[in-house]
Amino acid sequence: MYSRSEIIETINMIRHENLDIRTITMGISLRDCACESVERATQKIYDKICRYADRLVQTGEDIERDFGIPIINKRISVTPIALVAESSDATDYTPFARAMDRAAANVGVNLIGGFSAMVHKGYTKGDRMLIDSIPEALAVTDRVCSSVNVATTKAGINMDAVMDMGRVIKDCAERTKDRGAFGCAKLVVFANAPEDNPFMAGAFHGIGEPECVINVGVSGAGVVSGAVKSLGDADLGLLAETIKKTAFKITRMGQLVAQEASARLNVPFGIVDLSLAPTPAIGDSVARILEAMGLERCGAHGTTAALALLNDAVKKGGVMASSQVGGLSGAFIPVSEDAGMIEAVNTGALCLEKLEAMTCVCSVGLDMIAIPGDTPASIIAAIIADEIAIGVVNHKTTAVRIIPAPGKKEGDILEFGGLFGSAPVMPVNSFSAEMFIKRGGRIPAPLQSLKN
Amino acid sequence: MKAVITVLGHDRIGIIASVTGVLAEEGINILDISQTIMQNIFTMIMLVDLSKMKSGFSKLGDKLEKVGAQLGVEIRLQREEIFNSMHRI
Repeated sequence: MYSRSEIIETINMIRHENLDIRTITMGISLRDCACESVERATQKIYDKICRYADRLVQTGEDIERDFGIPIINKRISVTPIALVAESSDATDYTPFARAMDRAAANVGVNLIGGFSAMVHKGYTKGDRMLIDSIPEALAVTDRVCSSVNVATTKAGINMDAVMDMGRVIKDCAERTKDRGAFGCAKLVVFANAPEDNPFMAGAFHGIGEPECVINVGVSGAGVVSGAVKSLGDADLGLLAETIKKTAFKITRMGQLVAQEASARLNVPFGIVDLSLAPTPAIGDSVARILEAMGLERCGAHGTTAALALLNDAVKKGGVMASSQVGGLSGAFIPVSEDAGMIEAVNTGALCLEKLEAMTCVCSVGLDMIAIPGDTPASIIAAIIADEIAIGVVNHKTTAVRIIPAPGKKEGDILEFGGLFGSAPVMPVNSFSAEMFIKRGGRIPAPLQSLKN
Repeated sequence: MKAVITVLGHDRIGIIASVTGVLAEEGINILDISQTIMQNIFTMIMLVDLSKMKSGFSKLGDKLEKVGAQLGVEIRLQREEIFNSMHRI
């Protein structure tokens, strides 16, 4: 039997520290929807998603009710559409995005991921068409998220794809400029993309995944922040230990919800992803954890070391708490979604280069960062190349989700609202990398990939 | 099935009577009950057995919520597994 103080601790985490299950994500394979006729293929996709995810939202709400734990999002990830659409006679894959969008609306999920391609070593015909379709697809749909994996540690970096993605991001911003370039918030460029990530916008159902699976993403930035604050000036060993224990408790809850959802939906349980995923809500900030550790502002010297400790302790706590840990599992540092990060940028404490350094030691990459709208495609591609190189060399996932804010300059604010928050436009080093990016070709896989 | 009911808020006369009244109506047995004032907040924790519950879990939750609103306190009904999984290996 648990004690009274343990009950109160759990309730306080939920009431005051924004503890929640961030997402229950159902992964659905669409491989059997490939078909020569676009109409038939898109109909099959729509039907299959609706059939499999029919009870997803209701089940999420039931679990929320029974356990008294908020479950913020119910979402869907599907097989990278390039693989499914490639067999069709389509030259534009927007109809596939529309089918996903309609299905997502029908079952009541707010985002669906998987308008994706894996091009780390090169393009197939379908990959090319999918990437060319991204700006249109994200402009005409509300719920569809897209991702492109341009590199792996094993394969190296496909710099042609990096260059293309610079252009695609610019196009996306242009096509959705009336909505604050919202298309770019739904587009992720990856290195070493995980196949079981439940978090948007980068979720897709990888090719090694089963027919259907339930993955759960847990957050708890506010809880960790509270735990760190309660320690006062304790030494870093104790700090790490406390974060670890807190992460353990949070993940155990995720494991419980994942197993419950899996049983109720009769779908196998995949993984729990324990990520400190901030939201714009007060107190639900990763930057504030770093500041509670003793930094005047996130972005100050010492931030990378503090984040390294945090990320590692979170993983260690999470690993023992769940039978299967996967996805990204670590700390997210999206700027627009984290009140502390926004303030750090606004006060001049945090710059793009520091964020890049921070991504060397945390779970993702340059995330939800607004840059001036007139930044050329080649510089965006160069930002991507730098970030991707960090992932490839360090055997980890890195990603870029960057928004060239149309008509906006350094210091302006780009408003998304909701979970996506608002992003201060950050300055970008404007010296050219055009010659380097234009060379194209592949950056070979690093020596550390040769492990066989 | 067992659940934990917690009541948090300002102390006043009749909180326990109102909550246990609902439980009796619903055929719910109280296995454990404790009450204290923590940091000036009235805190009551009950472990209850729902195996003979008359209406469903969510109906009970709604009823308790209503009582909570009348009393000006926060009442939560949660299946006990959440506490077990979080605090016990």
